[in-house]
Amino acid sequence: MSTSLLIIILLSLTAFAYQLGRSRALSLSRGGDGIKALHSRPVYYGVLTALWCGLPALFIFLAWQICEPVIMTKMVVAQLPNEIKILPESRLNLVLNDIRNLVSGNIVSGEIKPEIEEAANHYRQLQATGNTALAIVVLSFALIGALIARQRITPLLRARNLVEKLFTIFLIACASFAIFTTIGIVLSVLFEAIRFFKVIPITDFLFGLDWSPQMSIRSDQVGSSGAFGAIPVFAGTAMISGIAMLVAVPLGLMSAIYLSEYANKGFRAVAKPLLEILAGIPTVVYGFFAALTVAPFIRELGVTFGLDVSSESALAAGLVMGIMIIPFVSSLSDDVINAVPQAMRDGALALGATKSETIKQVVIPAALPGIVGGVLLAISRAIGETMIVVMAAGLAANLTANPLQAVTTVTVQIVTLLVGDQEFNSPKTLAAFALGLVLFIVTLILNIIALYVVRKYREQYE
Amino acid sequence: MNNNPEHKRQSPGVEIQSPKAIDIVNRGLAKRYGSELRFKIYGLIAVVISLSFLLLLFITIFSNGYSAFFQTHVKLEVFFDPAYIDKDDPANSNFPGLVKKTLSNEFQDVRKRREKKELYSLISSGAAFQLQKMIQEQPDLVGRTIEIQVPADDDVDMLIKGYIARDVPESDRRINDRQLTWIDKWAQDGKITKRFNSAFFTSGDSREPELAGILGALVGSILTLTLTLLLSFPVGVAVAVYLEEFAPKNRWIDIVEVNINNLAAVPSIVFGLLGLAVFINFFHMPRSAPLVGGLVLTLMTLPVIIIASRASLQSVPPSIREAALGVGASKMQTVLHHVLPLSLPGMLTGTIIGIARALGETAPLLMIGMVAFIVDIPSSFTDPATALPVQIFLWADSPERAFVERTSAAIIVLLILLIVINSLAVFLRNRFERRW
Repeated sequence: MSTSLLIIILLSLTAFAYQLGRSRALSLSRGGDGIKALHSRPVYYGVLTALWCGLPALFIFLAWQICEPVIMTKMVVAQLPNEIKILPESRLNLVLNDIRNLVSGNIVSGEIKPEIEEAANHYRQLQATGNTALAIVVLSFALIGALIARQRITPLLRARNLVEKLFTIFLIACASFAIFTTIGIVLSVLFEAIRFFKVIPITDFLFGLDWSPQMSIRSDQVGSSGAFGAIPVFAGTAMISGIAMLVAVPLGLMSAIYLSEYANKGFRAVAKPLLEILAGIPTVVYGFFAALTVAPFIRELGVTFGLDVSSESALAAGLVMGIMIIPFVSSLSDDVINAVPQAMRDGALALGATKSETIKQVVIPAALPGIVGGVLLAISRAIGETMIVVMAAGLAANLTANPLQAVTTVTVQIVTLLVGDQEFNSPKTLAAFALGLVLFIVTLILNIIALYVVRKYREQYE
Repeated sequence: MNNNPEHKRQSPGVEIQSPKAIDIVNRGLAKRYGSELRFKIYGLIAVVISLSFLLLLFITIFSNGYSAFFQTHVKLEVFFDPAYIDKDDPANSNFPGLVKKTLSNEFQDVRKRREKKELYSLISSGAAFQLQKMIQEQPDLVGRTIEIQVPADDDVDMLIKGYIARDVPESDRRINDRQLTWIDKWAQDGKITKRFNSAFFTSGDSREPELAGILGALVGSILTLTLTLLLSFPVGVAVAVYLEEFAPKNRWIDIVEVNINNLAAVPSIVFGLLGLAVFINFFHMPRSAPLVGGLVLTLMTLPVIIIASRASLQSVPPSIREAALGVGASKMQTVLHHVLPLSLPGMLTGTIIGIARALGETAPLLMIGMVAFIVDIPSSFTDPATALPVQIFLWADSPERAFVERTSAAIIVLLILLIVINSLAVFLRNRFERRW
């Protein structure tokens, strides 16, 4: 029986159980003084029966889905001839892959040996038996659950409380997802990073000046042995983010000031959503724009002035990234500027200050913590931005202060190290996780500071 | 204002007051008004610059992309020569040979091997598939001559659309002088036409730009986002409901809240690393599959949905809750029957915005291997697939000039999708959201 059919049958059984529980409760209530005799509304008896029917069966189903490959593999390996069983693990995995491919009808590398064919047949048989057994167990659990629940229904059964308790447990389980995701990120990145630091000392990684992660695969191969000093990568990230902030902060902040203090209602209603569109454009589009239009333009401009500009200059990537961040800075600044109480503006204006003096000397200082928080969030956005730099910035890790040259960033390196084939025990692959760890920690710290600053500031005027 | 110093000094009342202070103020006024005006202009310039970037971006993309919706076709008179068609298995005949034969019949003076090869390269390799399809559908075509339109090679396409300059030296051109004369002859005979590029919307990726389409990537995106929506909406709403309506005020809940806020700001590529290490490396889920892509994007979208849903729940006035509790509803009934239906439009709006963001997301999908070159159109959650933004990234990397145009066209499609999705969110908000 296929899994989708099983799920459909299970779902219809659950629906049936709901009807069963509901009608049972109703029929019980008919004997006494009507529906008032029931503790809960009939719906809850139905839901309770349905849960008894569906939940245990679903758990068994999921547990089997997770355990099946492991158990199957063990049983198939046990059946294999001895000369295959004693193979080292990597070779054995290849054989198992062949068997799995045979079973699912994919193309198999090389010719098929008879013992492999036999193992595949065995696998197929096991799978068929397993699926039948699963169907029987799941469906009987569902039926038994429904029947037990039906038996237990009495007018005094506190069905609503039970259903609500189950629902609360579900809500709590969902709420812990955030914790699990964070733990997942930290553990997955940390675990691989620690494996990397076992090969390359952490001080070499953090303070080394040379980054060339290409490792030779064979010992006789021409090529570097790999150097993992991440300073040039960090410097490149800082430079591109710095250029981006030089573009985004003045433009974003001035736009926000103009739109919130000067612009009339009509202009604001048009310009603000248009600015927000900049934030909604996918970053891959910005990357294409940077590589296709901005980088060649800057290069030609440089040639006119007799400057040597790399076609993957940090300037082009930083400029386009800055454009992307403008709406981020402007909408955050807009919020904090609007949060400054009108009384403060009125006070300054009454003393004879012009509008710009009021803004510069009263509004901005009052909104400064919020603006700083917004800028910090924007920096963390710039550091973590990937597609623009992957498409427009370079791969070579140059340690330079010249924005016209190509530099590389943390995210570019993560992408180049991890896209394509990877083995999970070469330092080259693991280096990406070490970079990811640094990226995660830095952005996390920036976010925490920014959120703290913004929250503290908000409390001042509320 | 015309209260300049001379004007003021003539009035006796002002002279009696402290003339010095007002003089100082008045002397500075011109300068102060000047700086006021400058400041205002700076602000306007900032807005104009930002918006002109937006305009420039759209102009670049549209001017590069619109031509990709049309594809150059060449009219050929194909004689379905029985010598080329296998009687027993017509679908497996030598169709590329038939195309070549047709071409060399048309230009009989082309004799040299090299020249013939140049001639054949003017027609897309898709022409052979087109003939194959025709024979499959109508086997009785064998032995007849039919005029059909076949797609031209991408270089011819670029030449006709004017992206390849004719006046540069031959060695700098992808089309040489001989090929130019052939193309010109076709053009003179009216055999070259531009038709709507339906292949772009009905086929998967290809190495040949004239055969490449976005359907595979589009289906991959739809599969991925369906999973994202199915997982992130119920879970996101559940988290928001718990945190707003049920959670006790304690340290643990504080940690959860801080966590969600931080997750919303974690760079997307870190979610990709998580997907690679946990889903693929640890759980051995298939690579390049919409299943893993959907899970990763779910984790990314959840914080957005939770934050929007909480705001929506907060906007429901307490009087609704108090009224429900007052007539004897339980806490759960209050939430499920009254608060949740009232806040659902806001939650949906937040979800749609989150999904729109997930649609444009590329970096985490690169990490989990959705960058492979995939020709087939995926049909299930575990098939290898790619997504629309990833397809854009892949094409942007291709050296052929024709892919620049197709990348821009794919971006246009992506932007239109985003505009439609976001307008849906705005529509929902305006139509259903209640102001209390």
